[in-house]
Amino acid sequence: MYGLRRTGAFFVRKAARLVTLLIAVSILSFSLVSLSPIDPVQAYIGADLMRVGAEQRENIAAYWGLDAPPPERYLRWASAVVRGDLGTSMIYREPVAKVIQEQFFHSLLLMLAAWLMSGVIGFLAGSLAAMKKDSWFDRFIVWYCYTLAATPAFWLGLVLMVVFSVWLGWFPVGMGVPAGVLAEQVTWLDKLEHLVLPAITLSIVGIAPIALHTRQKLIEVLSSDYVLFARARGETPLSIYRRHGLRNIAFPALTLQFASFSELFGGTVLVEHVFSYPGLGEAMVEAGLRGDVPLLLGIVLFSTVFVFIGNAIADFIYRVIDPRLREAQAS
Amino acid sequence: MPLLEIERLAVSFTRYRSRWGKEKVQVLHDVEFSVDAGEVVAVIGASGSGKSLLAHALLGILPENFSASGTIRYRGEPLDAERLKQMRGKEIALVPQSVRFLDPLMRVGAQVRLSVRGDDPYAAQREVFHRYGLAPETENMYPFQLSGGMARRVLVSTATVSGARVIIADEPTPGLQAEDVREALRHFREHADAGCAVLVITHDIESVLTIADRVVVLYAGTTVEIAPAADFTGDGSRLRHPYSRALWQALPQNGFTPIPGTQPQPGKWPSGCLFAPRCDQASPECTFSRPELRTVRAGQVRCIHAHSEDDERGISIDEAASDGI
Amino acid sequence: MNLRLRALLTVIVASVLLIVIAVWGTLIPVEQMETRLELRNLPPSISHPFGTDWLGRDMLQRTLKGLSVSIQVGLAGAACSALIATVLGLAAATLGKAADRLVSWLIDLFLSVPHLVTLILIAFVSGGGMRGVIIAVALTHWPNLARIVRAEAMQVMTADYVAISRRLGRSRRWIAWHHVFPHLWPQVLVGFLLLFPHAILHEAAISFLGLGLSPHEPAVGIILSESMRYLSTGMWWLAVFPGLCLLIIVRMFDRLGEQLRLLTDPRHARL
Ligand code: SF4
Repeated sequence: MYGLRRTGAFFVRKAARLVTLLIAVSILSFSLVSLSPIDPVQAYIGADLMRVGAEQRENIAAYWGLDAPPPERYLRWASAVVRGDLGTSMIYREPVAKVIQEQFFHSLLLMLAAWLMSGVIGFLAGSLAAMKKDSWFDRFIVWYCYTLAATPAFWLGLVLMVVFSVWLGWFPVGMGVPAGVLAEQVTWLDKLEHLVLPAITLSIVGIAPIALHTRQKLIEVLSSDYVLFARARGETPLSIYRRHGLRNIAFPALTLQFASFSELFGGTVLVEHVFSYPGLGEAMVEAGLRGDVPLLLGIVLFSTVFVFIGNAIADFIYRVIDPRLREAQAS
Repeated sequence: MPLLEIERLAVSFTRYRSRWGKEKVQVLHDVEFSVDAGEVVAVIGASGSGKSLLAHALLGILPENFSASGTIRYRGEPLDAERLKQMRGKEIALVPQSVRFLDPLMRVGAQVRLSVRGDDPYAAQREVFHRYGLAPETENMYPFQLSGGMARRVLVSTATVSGARVIIADEPTPGLQAEDVREALRHFREHADAGCAVLVITHDIESVLTIADRVVVLYAGTTVEIAPAADFTGDGSRLRHPYSRALWQALPQNGFTPIPGTQPQPGKWPSGCLFAPRCDQASPECTFSRPELRTVRAGQVRCIHAHSEDDERGISIDEAASDGI
Repeated sequence: MNLRLRALLTVIVASVLLIVIAVWGTLIPVEQMETRLELRNLPPSISHPFGTDWLGRDMLQRTLKGLSVSIQVGLAGAACSALIATVLGLAAATLGKAADRLVSWLIDLFLSVPHLVTLILIAFVSGGGMRGVIIAVALTHWPNLARIVRAEAMQVMTADYVAISRRLGRSRRWIAWHHVFPHLWPQVLVGFLLLFPHAILHEAAISFLGLGLSPHEPAVGIILSESMRYLSTGMWWLAVFPGLCLLIIVRMFDRLGEQLRLLTDPRHARL
C-alpha cells in the first residue's frame, strides 16, 4: 500500500514547492507591474481626471499605497498577501480576495462543465479512433484535432453565437447579462442558459489534446505484446478494450486532463469575454484594460495556484495509482 | 491421428515500395508438419527463419499487413479464420516468450483467471499456482514484480487452466537460468504426457532435445527436415539435411563449427534449393528447383541428395528428384 | 524520395502563399479601405465576397490587411521568442551547472502561470500596441523551444571535439558559439516555425481582448473584436470569414513547420 506517511510527504513537498513558486511569481509580476508606464491612479480615475484636484490625487495614491518605492511596496503588499489580504480591487471596490472568490465560482461552473465534457468526449473519440485505426473515422478525428489546434477559441465562440443565438435563437446572445450583474439577481435557469454555449465552446477546444493523446496511447497498447497474447487467448476486441485498454490508458488520460488546467484557464478568459460571461476571466480582462493592479496581481497568483493544483493532482494520480511507481517507491 | 496438422502453410506481408506500388513478401512457405496427442514437437531454426510468425499464424493473430495461406487441421478438421478464432484460447493455447506478454497493470492472478474456461476461475487459478509452486500471494502481484522463473510459471499456468489440447510455446526459455529452463520444459513434457499436443518453437536446440519427440528444422521460412529427436546425436550423421547437420555441429559441444554465409532474407531467396549457396554438398542440380519434402528413413527432408540407407554421404541418388510426397 | 519531395513542395507552396499575403496586405491602397456609406452592411456578394462592414469597407480587403498585420506581428514575436529560447537553451547547456539551473527554473516558472495570464500581464505592463504585443508574445513562447535547444546542445557538448577544444583551453562561450550553435540552427528554424502558429493565435487573442494591438492596426483580432457589436444584428460575415482565414493561415504554418521538421529530422532523411 501507498502509505499515509508517503502521501503526507508528497503533500509537504508539493506545498513547499508551491510556496517558493508563489514567491517567485509574485516578485516577477510585481516588478513587471511597477515597470508599467500606466499610472494606476490615472487608470483608476479614468476620464474624471480633469475634475480631480492634486490633493485628492495624492489621497488616492496614499490610499492604494502607490507613493512608496517599489521594493517597499512589494514587501508591504506581500506581507499583506501572506495575511490573506490581497488588497482592494479598484473596479469592484471590494477586497480582491472576495472578488476572486465570487468570480471564480462562476468560472468554476463553466470550467467544470467544459472540463468534464471535453474529457469524456475526447477520451471516447480517441478510443474509437484508435480501435478503428486508419478508418475514415480515425482520419476525421485526427484531422479535426489538428484543425482545432489551429482554431482561435474566441472565433469559434463567435461562430457558435451567430449560429445558435442569432440564427436559431436557442440561447441568449452573450450581451444579455452585463458583466456587473450580481449573482443574486440572476436565476438558475438564466445562469444555465448563459452557461451552455460558453461551456460547449470551451469543451470543443479542449477535446483535441485529450483525443489525440488517448488515440496515441491506445494504439501503443493495442500493438503491445500483452494485447497480442490477449488475442491469442481468444479475447474479442471489445473485451480487450475493456480489460486491457481502459486500464492502461485511463490514468494517462486523467493525468493529462488535470495537467491541462493552464489551457483551461486561458480558454475560459477568452470564452468569457466572447459571451460576456461574468467570471474570473472577464474580471482579469477588465483589470487589464482598466489598470486594476491589485486585482490583476491577485488573479496572476490565483491562476498559478490553480494550475499548480492541477499538476499536483496529475502527479499524485501517477504516483498513487500506477502500481509500478507505487511499488518502486515502497521498496 | 495427429491433433494438429499443417500443410503448405505460407505467410507473407505487404509492404509499400513507394506511394503507388505495394509488394508481397513471403516469409514462410511450404511449412509442413504435424503434432500428435502426447507428443512434444520442437521447431528449431536460427533467428530470421520465421519461427515466431509460425506461432502467430497457427493462432490466427498475425499483424494486419500479414496474410496466411495453406491448411491447418485440428483433429482432421480444416480451420478457417473463423474457426481459428473460436479455437484459440480454448483448444489451442499460446505460451508466450516473456513477461511482456502480461498486462503490466493487471494482477497476475486475474490474468490467469481470464484464461479459465470452467466455472470457478479462482479455484482453477489457485490450484495451478499451487501445482507450479507459486506462493498464494503471487496472484496479487503485478507482472513487473515477478522473477524470470515465476513469470515463466505464470505464463504456463495460463495455458494449463485453459484446458487447451494444443499448446504452442514460442521461445519459452530465453534468458532463464539452466534450472528454470529445465523446469519450464518439464512442464511442457507433463502437458504432452497428459495427452496434449505440444509445439515448442525455439532456437535452443540443446535444451529442447531433452523433452522433444520430434524436431522440425526451419530454414529460410520453410521446413527442411523433420526428424526424430533421437537422430540429433553423435556427429549428426543420422540427420538428413545438410543444414540440420550444420546446425548440430555448430553447437559448442559438437565442435562449434560455424556455418559459412548467412541465411537469405525473405524476398531474396535463391531459385533452387534455399540452402544451396551455403551447402557443402551442393551440386548443379540443386539450383534447378526447390526440392520437395520426401520421406527418408523415419523422417522427412527437403534435399535431393539425402540418402535413405546409411550408405556413404554425398552420393546423389536418382530416386531423389521423383520421391516427393 | 516521394515523401521528401511532397514535404518540400508543401513547404514551398505554403511559404510562397504566406509571403504573398503578408506583402499584398501591406500594399493594399488606402483609398480602397475608405468608408463608403452607400455600401454599408452588405452581405457577401460577387463584388464583395466577404461582405462589407458598418462603414462600407470591403471585408475581403480588411481581412487581407488584417492577416498581413497578424503574420508580421506573429513572425516578429516568434522570431524574438526563438532568439530567447536559443540564447537561454545554449547558455543552460554550455555555461555550467548554475546557468543550467537558473534556466530550468525560469522555464518552470513561465510554464506554471497560464499562458494567457502571462500574456495579459505583459501586454498590460508594456502598454499594449504593436510593440507590447510583440514583447508579450516573445516573452511567453520560448520555454518549450528552450528545452529542445538545451537538450540538443547538451548532446553536442558530449562530442569528442568539444572535449578536445576544451582541453585546448577554449572558453565556454567560444565553444558554445563555434561548436554547438552551428548544430542547432536547423532545430531553431523548425522550432521558430512551430512557434509561429501559437504566436499568431495568441496575438489575435489578446488583441481581441482589447489588450493588444490598437484599432489603428487592424489585425484579425481587432476585426473580430469590433464585429462583436454587430453580430446580434445578424452580420455574421464580419466574424466568420476573417476568423476562417486566420484558421487556414495558422493551419498552414503548422503544416509548414511539421513538414520542415520531417525534412530536417535525420531519422526521416532517407524517406
Ligand atoms: S538439395 Fe543440394 S544444396 Fe540443397 S541441401 Fe541438399 S545437397 Fe544441399
